[in-house]
Amino acid sequence: MNILVCISKVPDTTSKIAFSDNNTKFDTNGVQFIVNPYDEWYALVRALEIKEAQGGKVTVINVGLADNDPTIRKALAIGADDAVRVNVDPQDALSTAKQIAAHAKEGGYDMILCGKETIDYNGSQLGGMIAALMDQPYISYASKLDMNGNTATIERDIQGGKEVIEVATPFVLSAAKGMAEARIPNMRGIMAARTKPLNVIEPIEASNATEIVSFELPPAKGDCKYIDAENPGELLELLRSEAKVL
Amino acid sequence: MSTIVYVNTNKGNVNKASLEAVSYAAQMGGEVIAVQFGDADSSELGNYGADKVVKVALNEFQPDQISKTLQKAADENGADTFVLSHDFSGKAIAPILSAQADAGLVSGAVALPSGDGTIKKAVFSGKAFAHMKINTPKRVISVLPNSIEKKEVGKSAAESSMDAVAASASLTVKEQKMESTDLPLTEGEKVVSAGRGLKGPENWGMIEELAKELGAATACSRPVSDMDWRPHHEHVGQTGVAIRPNLYIAVGISGAIQHLAGVNQSKVIVVINNDPEAPFFKSADYGIVGDAFEVVPKLLEKAKEMSFND
Ligand SMILES: Cc1cc2nc3c(=O)[nH]c(=O)nc-3n(C[C@H](O)[C@H](O)[C@H](O)COP(=O)(O)OP(=O)(O)OC[C@H]3O[C@@H](n4cnc5c(N)ncnc54)[C@H](O)[C@@H]3O)c2cc1C
Repeated sequence: MNILVCISKVPDTTSKIAFSDNNTKFDTNGVQFIVNPYDEWYALVRALEIKEAQGGKVTVINVGLADNDPTIRKALAIGADDAVRVNVDPQDALSTAKQIAAHAKEGGYDMILCGKETIDYNGSQLGGMIAALMDQPYISYASKLDMNGNTATIERDIQGGKEVIEVATPFVLSAAKGMAEARIPNMRGIMAARTKPLNVIEPIEASNATEIVSFELPPAKGDCKYIDAENPGELLELLRSEAKVL
Repeated sequence: MSTIVYVNTNKGNVNKASLEAVSYAAQMGGEVIAVQFGDADSSELGNYGADKVVKVALNEFQPDQISKTLQKAADENGADTFVLSHDFSGKAIAPILSAQADAGLVSGAVALPSGDGTIKKAVFSGKAFAHMKINTPKRVISVLPNSIEKKEVGKSAAESSMDAVAASASLTVKEQKMESTDLPLTEGEKVVSAGRGLKGPENWGMIEELAKELGAATACSRPVSDMDWRPHHEHVGQTGVAIRPNLYIAVGISGAIQHLAGVNQSKVIVVINNDPEAPFFKSADYGIVGDAFEVVPKLLEKAKEMSFND
C-alpha cells in the first residue's frame, strides 16, 4: 500500500489565542506548533500500522513554507518514509486541496488519509475536497480501517450512529477517534528523520476561494454565580427565570 | 438568488439540524429549495421557509451521489448557494460540493452573513471566532447545529421529486449501528454530562433521570468513555464530539482544556463539583460546590416538582 497522509501544522492545544494587526492576524508569539493531533494520532499512526502489516510506503504531505519543516520532521520521526512540502502559504482549504490533489494525481497512492479536522480552523474540509478533485470515494469520520487486499472495511460516524462500509482502493478518508493509539517517537526515529527525504515542490496556480477578514475573541465570561449546595433547587429556578434555558 | 438546502432524514423524520439549515437559508433571503433525501414527512420544511421541496428516494448515505444530486438541483433551479448543517452528514458532503462546484466553503457558521457578506464561525476549538469572506461566485455554507434561531414562517412548499444522480465514487454499506437514544447528543438543546467524579457506571441512573426530567441528552468526559462506563458517542471534548447546547450541566468533571474545547460554546454552563478549586468553575455561569451524590438527587426532586417535561 502506498499511503499519503496530509498533515497540518497547528498551535498546541494549550496555546493562548491572541490576534495582531487590528485582529486580522493570528499572533504566533510564544506559540508552540505541533502536527495537528488528528492527523498524527489517527491518520499517520494507522497508515504506519497498515504499512507494517502489509508493506508499502507512507508519505506525508504538507502545504506550507519552510518554517513548517520541523513539524514535518516530527511526522518523519514517528515513522513516515518521506515527506512532500508544497511551497506556498496555505490561506484557504479549497486551494490547499488543489495543491495536494495535483501532487496525488502523479503519486499513484492507494489511499489518502487526513484527520477529522484541524484544531485551528476546525474546517473538516480538506479530505472531501481532495476526494472530489480526484473523483474518489470519501469516507468521513472513520473510526476503524481494516485492509483485506485492495478492499477496505471502514467504520464511519453518520448522523445518529455508526456504519460499516466497504470500499476498494483508491479512496480518501478522514480519521477520528478509535483509528489508532498515539505513538511517541523514539530516539532512533528522531535520528532517522533528519536524513529522510523532504521534497519541496512548487505550487500550482490556485486562487483562494475564501479568506479570513478578521478575528474576534469571545466576550469574557462573567463571574460564576454560586448556589448553596443545601438548596440546589434554586439553580433550576434561576435557569428558568434568569437564564431562560429551561 | 436561489439556495439549495441539503435535508437529511432519520427514522422517517427530518433532522432538526436540517430545519435549522432551511431557516438559515430563508433568513438569507431569496428562493429556498429544500432537497430531501429519504422518506419523511416534509411539512415542516415549508413552515421554516422552504419554497420548494424536492424529494430524492436515496436512503443510503453516499456522499458523492448526494453531492452530485444537489448540484443537479442547483443547475435546474439556477441556484448559486448551498446550505447544509455542519453535522456528520454535512461534514461529509459540504467539502465534496465545494470542490465539485468550485465554490468557497465556510463550515460551521454560527451566524447569518453580515452586511459586508462575511460569515462568522468558531475557530481554535471555540477559543475565538473568524469572519470569513467567500470569493467565488458560488458558495457553500454549513451551519453549526443549535447556533441560529429557527423562524416559523408558515409557508407551504410545493413538492416534487427527482432521481438521484448516478455516481462513480460509491461505497457498499454493510451494517448500520444506530444509537438507541431518541435525542442525539449533537441535537440536544440541553445536555447533562458527568465525569470521573461519579466513581462508576452504576451511578449514572440519577444522571439519566435528571436528563430525562429536563428533556436533555446525556454526555460524558473522555476517561468515562475510555473506561467504558458510558458509550463512546457520549464523549465530548477535543477528541470526542463538540456540542453547543443552550444548557450544559457538568457533574463531577474537572474542566480540563481538552474537555472545554468541546463544550465551551454552550450558552449557559452549570458546574457541580465538590472541589471549589476545580478549573471548570472559571468557565461556568452557575456553580454548586457540593457532593454530586447529594446535590443531584435534590435537583431531580425539584425538577420533578417543576415538571419541565410537559
Ligand atoms: C490529547 C488529549 C485529548 C483529550 N481529549 C479529551 C476530550 O475530548 N474530552 C475530555 O473530556 N477529556 C479529554 N482529555 C482528558 C482531559 O485532559 C481530562 O483528563 C479529562 O477531561 C478529565 O475527566 P474528568 O473531568 O471526568 O475527570 P477528573 O479530571 O478526574 O475530574 C473529576 C472531577 O470530579 C470531581 N469530583 C470527585 N468526586 C466528586 C463528587 N462526589 N461530587 C462532585 N464532584 C466530584 C473532582 O473534584 C474532579 O474535579 C484529553 C487529554 C489529552 C491529553
